[in-house]
Amino acid sequence: MESPILAIENLTVAYRLQGVWLDAVREVSLSVNAAQTYGIVGESGSGKSTLVQAVMGYLSANGAVRQGKIHFEGEDWLNAPRRRREQIWGARLSMVPQDPLSALNPALTIGEQIAELVRRHAHLSRRAAHARAVEMLQRVKLPDPEGVARRYPHQISGGQQQRALIAMALASPELRLLVLDEPTTSLDVTTEAAILDLFAELQDSHRAATLFVTHNLGVVARMCQRVAVLYAGEVMEDAPTITLYSMALHPYTRLLLRAVPRIGDPRPLQAIPGRIPSLRQRPSGCVFAPRCAAAIELCHAQKPPLERAVEGHLVRCHRWREIAAGSLRLEEASAELKRREMQQAEIAFFEQLFSGEQNGAQATVMRADHVRVQYGVRGLLGRLLGQKPPFRAVDDVSMRVLRGKTLGLVGESGSGKTTFARSLIGLIAIESGEAHLLDMPLRGRPRQRAKATLKAMQMIFQHPEESLNPYRTIGQTLRRPLMTLSGMSRAEANRAAAELLRAVSLPADYLSRFPSELSGGEKQRVAIARAFAAQPALILCDEPVSSLDVSVQAAILNLLAQLQQQHQVAYLLISHDLAVVSYLADYIAVIYRGQLVERGTAESFFMPPHHPYTEALLASIPLPDPKARMRRIRLTDDQPSNIVPSGCRFHPRCPRYLGDICRTQAPPWQRDRQGGYYRCHIPPDELAALQTEPEG
Amino acid sequence: MISYLTRRVLFFGLTLLLTSLIVFAAVRLLPGDVETAVLGRGAEPAARAALRQELGLDLPFLIQYANWLGKFLRGDWGNSYALKAPIMPLVMQRLGNSMRLALIAMLIAVPLSVLLGLLAGLSEGKPFDIAFSLISLILVGIPEFVMGIILINVVALEWKLLPPSASVPPDASFSEALPRLILPSLTAAAVLLAYIGRLTRVGVIAELRRTYVRTAVLKGLRWRQVVFKHVLRNALLPTITVIAISFGWLISGLVVIENVFAYPGLGRLMVFAIQQRDLPLILGGVMIAVTAFALANLIADLLYAALNPRIRLS
Repeated sequence: MESPILAIENLTVAYRLQGVWLDAVREVSLSVNAAQTYGIVGESGSGKSTLVQAVMGYLSANGAVRQGKIHFEGEDWLNAPRRRREQIWGARLSMVPQDPLSALNPALTIGEQIAELVRRHAHLSRRAAHARAVEMLQRVKLPDPEGVARRYPHQISGGQQQRALIAMALASPELRLLVLDEPTTSLDVTTEAAILDLFAELQDSHRAATLFVTHNLGVVARMCQRVAVLYAGEVMEDAPTITLYSMALHPYTRLLLRAVPRIGDPRPLQAIPGRIPSLRQRPSGCVFAPRCAAAIELCHAQKPPLERAVEGHLVRCHRWREIAAGSLRLEEASAELKRREMQQAEIAFFEQLFSGEQNGAQATVMRADHVRVQYGVRGLLGRLLGQKPPFRAVDDVSMRVLRGKTLGLVGESGSGKTTFARSLIGLIAIESGEAHLLDMPLRGRPRQRAKATLKAMQMIFQHPEESLNPYRTIGQTLRRPLMTLSGMSRAEANRAAAELLRAVSLPADYLSRFPSELSGGEKQRVAIARAFAAQPALILCDEPVSSLDVSVQAAILNLLAQLQQQHQVAYLLISHDLAVVSYLADYIAVIYRGQLVERGTAESFFMPPHHPYTEALLASIPLPDPKARMRRIRLTDDQPSNIVPSGCRFHPRCPRYLGDICRTQAPPWQRDRQGGYYRCHIPPDELAALQTEPEG
Repeated sequence: MISYLTRRVLFFGLTLLLTSLIVFAAVRLLPGDVETAVLGRGAEPAARAALRQELGLDLPFLIQYANWLGKFLRGDWGNSYALKAPIMPLVMQRLGNSMRLALIAMLIAVPLSVLLGLLAGLSEGKPFDIAFSLISLILVGIPEFVMGIILINVVALEWKLLPPSASVPPDASFSEALPRLILPSLTAAAVLLAYIGRLTRVGVIAELRRTYVRTAVLKGLRWRQVVFKHVLRNALLPTITVIAISFGWLISGLVVIENVFAYPGLGRLMVFAIQQRDLPLILGGVMIAVTAFALANLIADLLYAALNPRIRLS
């Protein structure tokens, strides 16, 4: 058997914090062979970043390896002197980091940043190194590699930056191990899919081993042959990908797989209660025991060993034999299935609303008619000084949101979905068209609006830490809308605030806590409680779970669904994540470059025909199932956002591009059999036929 | 970039115009009047009125301003009341002196402060860094005249290495003037040294924590390359701006140092002019000082833009 490229043995890495050593990675062993792609899956706090740093031989100053060994190509990597490591970094061991923009030096051109690595290791001339850099940029399929080489990081898109970093990581012909640290996490889903395609293709051409670190189970399923699941710094389970996804033996793995929203699967998500233990309060027994439904006394008392269940399948659980035998069933979740059967009458009603007819106003909570929003309107002085021309971020968007229903608004970053929400709130002026909330016009800045309007519409934002005032206790935060908007007395507000906390499953003593004492998921619960405090008719949820861990995401989504049922509040759910939208939404609208391109019920949405853009979005989602075959429909990188293409706005990227008609004529709305609408030149039957064709 | 440039230059012109108006108005508001200053206390009302008419002081304020500005722009800055000589050559000669002093101070301070700041930043929290922080704090705290007096007493009077006075004859060549310029330059440099050094240190520490530094290290570049090519390039951006601005300060703001060393710079001329209520001289001097300062700011902005691709290319 050939010796592994990377061998980690019993590795423990700790950080020294206030004089105490805290283990971030504990007793991890794994080995990666040539041409193998090894996945490391973990949520935040799992120790995966620390593991990456240890593998790279670049721990932060307060971190240290406390025990164990790392061998790189048989060489003692932990004790290699700095000189030796400098020879290996970039030449035989490379990393692609998470956030491409911050990983590139803003003051150097892309070409130079690659060329300097080549010069360092291959001792080529400046000219030859530059040529090599351009060649690498070509290999990662960047259009105009010469041009990209001359550009600075801020001049290219996020997807292109990540490609440049991949080009850099692969620039050395001697590369033996490629470490990918959440390489697609900060990218849009269509860009992510394209980057994953690229990795898959490049894997065939370089023989290097790959260590793929991510929180995304879908990405792992697609990319990796083998996966280790990391929790609180320890390996919980380590198995071939197919095995792990079909017969996971660890309760944590199983729960993790159940916590991922899947498109078209209406079952409630299985949230994992609790959170990853902090480094200071590591449980003495099994680290997962405090959150484990199957934990018994033994689990709390004694740490389970990492056992070999079958050849090549390791698991750290006292009860894996029962799980394997099927005598311990973890999936017996009691939560009721979310019912979303729509009656025929309701569909008809919905169609009327979308076609713009005024009808049944009492059920309509919010309606927007032909809303346009423009950015960067120049004054006279601005025009003289050459400011950029204005840019229409939202162009003729109409929609209805119904009582107790969720409308999901889906789009990539820059599509105008957040701008639309901001225009409803009044943070940016509506240029033309109008929006009404319960028949009250939405006009003017928030402080110019009537109290009733403010009360009726509340917001939940992506980053709870940024939307909660760090200097106010949770109680103060919750009391404020109760007193100002609902006119309660202080005592009443106090009682109501405690009630709200209970509704979002937080203990009442959190009232006196500050946001910094809460986890991300708990903060988002507070933000939800605050939104509900005013008893609104509509809540705008702007990416409500995208900053949260998978297991917490599920709990928040369940909470939103449950509160909606109780209070009959309407949601306008804005997200780039189709899985999240499909879980909550009754209706879905897709926005592209400021215009809606598809709208319909959630059911019809996932059935062909799709707008080609929707089709590409659906095809881009990495499914948490290694056997799922991805449909290969990919979008080219987006173009500069201030140039609006003629005809159909999507035509430059469209995989179903017809020809001149797409370039010159704006497409009409078409109605498909399921009652959904899309804006495209291709008729429904033809489009549906194209999209149901089996891929060759 | 072009539009950025035009915008900067436009703002520069606007700044000068507005300051000239403010300065002109402020000088008018100074206590005491020109007639008394020129003719003495016991002057006849008729003589006073004649002088006012001659100087155009009886016209409306804005007309006076426009007249003065027109002449000023054409190079006619009038005569000094106190020195009875044309103002422009006088101010220009002092400006030359000040620039000479500023240049030498910069030549001492900039390389040294950047180097020390860099070393301190690279050894954050270690003894060198702590020593640097302490000493630079002391240097910033010591008033300029105390520093000047210490230097005169120790270097000039005790060790007799350099002359204590910096009064240079106007026709002295640069090499003749140089020894006399070193002590005042050192005094000015001491303040700059601490200031620029601390700024560099903070910049280096901030940049070292940026992710791109890790990328550079993990390319296998030598630490020296990482520091000089990656870190310093970004860390020095704010420093360069401050260096350019301090040049403006060195030209017009060294009143105390020029006095301690009896150096014939612009600052001392201004003090003299104010003591003498020599309005045209004050106006000319202040305008030059303001222009120097605004110009330094403009250069700082342009330099920053030129060195920062994010601004240069947008």
